[in-house]
Amino acid sequence: MEAMTASTGEQAKVELHGANIIAAIKASGVEFVLSVPDIVTSAGLLRPIANDSSLRLVRVCKEDECIGIASGLHYSDKRALTLIQHTGFLDSLNAIRAVAVEYKQPICMMIGLLGHEPERAPTESGRYGVRIIEPICDAMGIPHHLISQDSDVAKIKPAIEKAYADSFPVALLIGRRPLVPAS
Amino acid sequence: MMKREDCFKVLARHVSDEVVVATYSSAVEWNDLGPRVLNYFSMGAMGLASSHALGLALANPDRRIIVLDGDGSLLMNLGSLVTVGAAAPKNLVHFVSRNGTYEANGGHPIPNQKVDFSGLARSAGYAHTFDFNDLASFEQQVGHVIGLEGPVFATLHVERSRPLTYNYPALYAADKRRAIKAELSKR
Repeated sequence: MEAMTASTGEQAKVELHGANIIAAIKASGVEFVLSVPDIVTSAGLLRPIANDSSLRLVRVCKEDECIGIASGLHYSDKRALTLIQHTGFLDSLNAIRAVAVEYKQPICMMIGLLGHEPERAPTESGRYGVRIIEPICDAMGIPHHLISQDSDVAKIKPAIEKAYADSFPVALLIGRRPLVPAS
Repeated sequence: MMKREDCFKVLARHVSDEVVVATYSSAVEWNDLGPRVLNYFSMGAMGLASSHALGLALANPDRRIIVLDGDGSLLMNLGSLVTVGAAAPKNLVHFVSRNGTYEANGGHPIPNQKVDFSGLARSAGYAHTFDFNDLASFEQQVGHVIGLEGPVFATLHVERSRPLTYNYPALYAADKRRAIKAELSKR
């Protein structure tokens, strides 16, 4: 959670602000957020998104629904972000395999890594479920980006733009609980 | 009990600029009625037809989206009834052909022959639900059904169909996907 600054030896707090992520989502042209609640992103992302009239939140019952809904939206040039937990990603692999990868749809997934230790790489996590996420993305050819601190937020817009330009999915892995935006 | 292909022939007479989302056996029989740019075939991930349709409905509020689902398919995505009921798209009409089998996967029975799909849809929040058992009644009412403010759900009680040829790559060919996207992106 903490990192030492090189020059002073003081500890600098590593943070990830939900407001920055939401701003990047909006800057990417996303109109729809499709979600099953995830405790990693619940307070910092999902709750403020639910209260944000400039994003349309569609609450779904099971994560693979998001893949179909996002595909349907894409056919009319509407951009969507699927906001789920890594367990839901694992549960949706066949839908992602078919609709996103084989049929080349720009399904943009923001995935909370439940139980991930932010000071470690996900592949080094003590949690088996977290450890296998990036290798699964690699095996499926899905580009992935780790978003663990505010400096990572700059990856979001280019990743979503590339997904739509290439018509191919992308996974944005949330490696720490985003801080709740100030009200 | 009706034949699905007869129901679809009747339905086709009422379809013009609607998007028709069809899956598996329903897709084969709907496709056999002739090519349409606005046919969207849901393949590869069984059960997702209603989810694809919801995305299309939300993106195209001024265009009707008709789903041709199967009972085995819908059972794989029952939660989508609740999602659709909550999102409440007025332009979505959801048909499920109920023949009690996983027809595209060997004709094995669905786990429970007694399930009331229209009842499930009603409690999930669909605005209107119907059951059709005979073709004359369906023929008489289908125009009214697809014109209602949705989401609308209708169970078509049908027999198992003749043996079908499932050519999934042809149904979901890239050129067809490009054509429907181009058409829907015009608006």
